[in-house]
Amino acid sequence: MNEQKLRTIFAESLGIEESRVTEDLTYNSIPEWDSIAHMALISEIDDQFDTMLDTEDVLEMSTFAKAKEILAKYDVQF
Amino acid sequence: MTIPYHLTKAEKAPLLLEKLNGLTNLHFEKSPQYRSMIEKGGFQITASQLEKVPFIPVQLFKLMDLVSVPKEEVIKVLTSSGTTGQQVSKIYLDKETSIAQTKTLVEVMKPLLGGKRLPMIILDTKSVLKDRKSFSARGAGILGFSNFGRKHFYALNDDMSLDIEGLENYLEEYKGQRILLFGFTFMIWQYVYKESLKKGYKLDFGDSILIHGGGWKKLEDEAVDASTFNQLLHDQLGIREVHNYYGMVEQVGSIFVECSEGHLHTPSYADVIIRDSLTFEPLQNGKQGLIQVLSELPKSYPGHSLLTEDLGMILGEDDCPCGWKGKYFNVAGRIPKAELRGCSDTFQGGVES
Repeated sequence: MNEQKLRTIFAESLGIEESRVTEDLTYNSIPEWDSIAHMALISEIDDQFDTMLDTEDVLEMSTFAKAKEILAKYDVQF
Repeated sequence: MTIPYHLTKAEKAPLLLEKLNGLTNLHFEKSPQYRSMIEKGGFQITASQLEKVPFIPVQLFKLMDLVSVPKEEVIKVLTSSGTTGQQVSKIYLDKETSIAQTKTLVEVMKPLLGGKRLPMIILDTKSVLKDRKSFSARGAGILGFSNFGRKHFYALNDDMSLDIEGLENYLEEYKGQRILLFGFTFMIWQYVYKESLKKGYKLDFGDSILIHGGGWKKLEDEAVDASTFNQLLHDQLGIREVHNYYGMVEQVGSIFVECSEGHLHTPSYADVIIRDSLTFEPLQNGKQGLIQVLSELPKSYPGHSLLTEDLGMILGEDDCPCGWKGKYFNVAGRIPKAELRGCSDTFQGGVES
């Protein structure tokens, strides 16, 4: 359930189709996921999962797979 | 030990020198313009000490496109505003350099801001980020510092008026929490401080920390120095902790930020050398001259060693009372125009001849 929730957040924050949100979707590899979209993405994740990601994790969150890994540290189950 | 202000001169110099020599060699290989400057300047591309690393004047980025990667690898272009009427610098970033800049900025600021993102007020307008591929110095700064914040709030409307209602609501919502304030020195002075004073707004930013940069030139015209600025911001806005930083769009990431003693510090990724404005010979600590900035970050453009148009003085090295290692220094402002022309002529002559 959280996986789908995260996928929707990615798709909406980056403004892309959900089908494009694959495990290895990577920051800066598509024009839609640039540094400004990244801010929007992080803020949406914080809001929807009620987390407060650390600065390091904001920078580390460079793929969809990595996002799940990081969120697991904040007790979000996948 | 406070990373990245932990290395003493003896530890830092060889590490940084190796990286800078690597960059000189890389840019010599990849950028024909850079190569021609280095050749004509008679520089050694592998320097034996930091003072001998070839440097180019920062103004050159206004005169030509200096880039060391194929154009298709460029993901972002940063532009300097420069003084009115001047041409702008263009700095080309590829993915690797852009990521290195973001990561380094986080390291450089961590001793002051910590690892937890703070509620953040940006003392600027959101419209500076309109263009997503090309960023002004202001946009690049805001974007870089945004990583330290959450719930970003832009305090200025698009017409530069202060969003006083939004600001008051925000301060109420985060009352009692440490808030990060970020902005550009002149913008804060002109559109936040003066405006609040004029309109009689009573604001209390509470337990906040203000980080600001961009230079003092316009404030000097109004005879406002750093300590006056800090005092007035404290009195009018209740801002209790202020740190200025010295940085430029040509070397984003490895910026020099003020410690608790109010001294600008060099992190392990970067250094400064003060040079005589006529002979370009390195000067001793305590002597004022032109500031040369060194950074290990620029890989997509030859900006790792730049002679600026700013005057400054190294106050000491490894012995600042704040406990951070590295050189600590101050910036006195821009070099007078006449002298400046002299020194850029020298360099442009070198490039064209």
